[in-house]
Amino acid sequence: MSGKVLPSRMTLTATKARLKGANTGHKLLKKKADALAVRIRMILKQIVDNKQLMGATLKEANFSLAGVYYAAGDDIKYQVLQNVGSSATSKVGFRVDNVAGVKIPVFDKIESENKAQDLTGLARGGQKLEQSRTSFTKALDNLIVIASLQTAFVALDEAQKITNRRVNALEYVVIPRLEDTVKYIATELDELEREEFVRLKKVQASKKKKIEEEQLKAQETAQAALASGKPAPQPAKSMLDKQKDPDDLFS
Amino acid sequence: ADALVCVIGDEDTVTGFLLAGIGEVDLKKNSNFLVVTPKTTTTQVEDAFKAFTNREDVAVVLITQTVADSIRYLLDEYQAMVPTVLEIPSKDNPYDASKDSVMQRILKKMSVEK
Repeated sequence: MSGKVLPSRMTLTATKARLKGANTGHKLLKKKADALAVRIRMILKQIVDNKQLMGATLKEANFSLAGVYYAAGDDIKYQVLQNVGSSATSKVGFRVDNVAGVKIPVFDKIESENKAQDLTGLARGGQKLEQSRTSFTKALDNLIVIASLQTAFVALDEAQKITNRRVNALEYVVIPRLEDTVKYIATELDELEREEFVRLKKVQASKKKKIEEEQLKAQETAQAALASGKPAPQPAKSMLDKQKDPDDLFS
Repeated sequence: ADALVCVIGDEDTVTGFLLAGIGEVDLKKNSNFLVVTPKTTTTQVEDAFKAFTNREDVAVVLITQTVADSIRYLLDEYQAMVPTVLEIPSKDNPYDASKDSVMQRILKKMSVEK
């Protein structure tokens, strides 16, 4: 949008309507930006807390794993690695949530059946193994929670940046421009009105002058006629005036 | 939809998570985990990271911080939402928030907010 528009009453109303729209949009977007900011701060805190917790749960899990090696020997590692099935038993379910108008992915753990069909060859240390499995599962749960929070954070952060950009664009570019246009049209219209007014006055003045002149002239001729004793010349009778004609049979 | 959890880390970490049931190996011998030993090259780690994050069916990539450090620049560049990359401590290295790429971004955000 470069330059000004044609100054007329129509464009004035149109521009005013656009300005109103921009102002409403600005208010709404600001609310959205604030809501996002609040959400982000909440999630931030949760992430930090959970990551600290993660340190603890993983330490415990690793510790229990050491217990397994102690009980069942080192080649457990090899067995586990070799015995990985063709389909993971613990997966994450991917859901999309709507938070403050932003689509956020949410993860939750999905456990499928046929767990532990491997590792049947391990007679020793079965209990320790189960303990270790439990602790790692717990750690995994915690990590999935953190993953959810992290993605939520990234998504909200992105959305907040975009919203703030829009708010600023409206506030510093669109609305001032529209206000300028409104002012411009208003001044132009005022000026046109003034010109019109001046022109009208001038025309009235010249008309008035003409009438005055004619009156003066009529007065003069009347006076002259009176002075010379002749009857004042009457205005000639027009033949077009309707006169009663007795010869008209039908009228 | 269902998605996987990948893990890149030392033997113990990977074993542990495999116990929890996240492991999967398909017919082409492609797995969703990488055991990093002193013999593993950085290129192998990079390739695994890139492969895992490009997969459509992966939601989370767990990576131990020591391994993460070796491909720190890749992690700092990584901006995508899905999959999420999570840095985890390992048996020998406790969690260090000052190195975690995502944590750094978060802390920067917090300081900007204040």
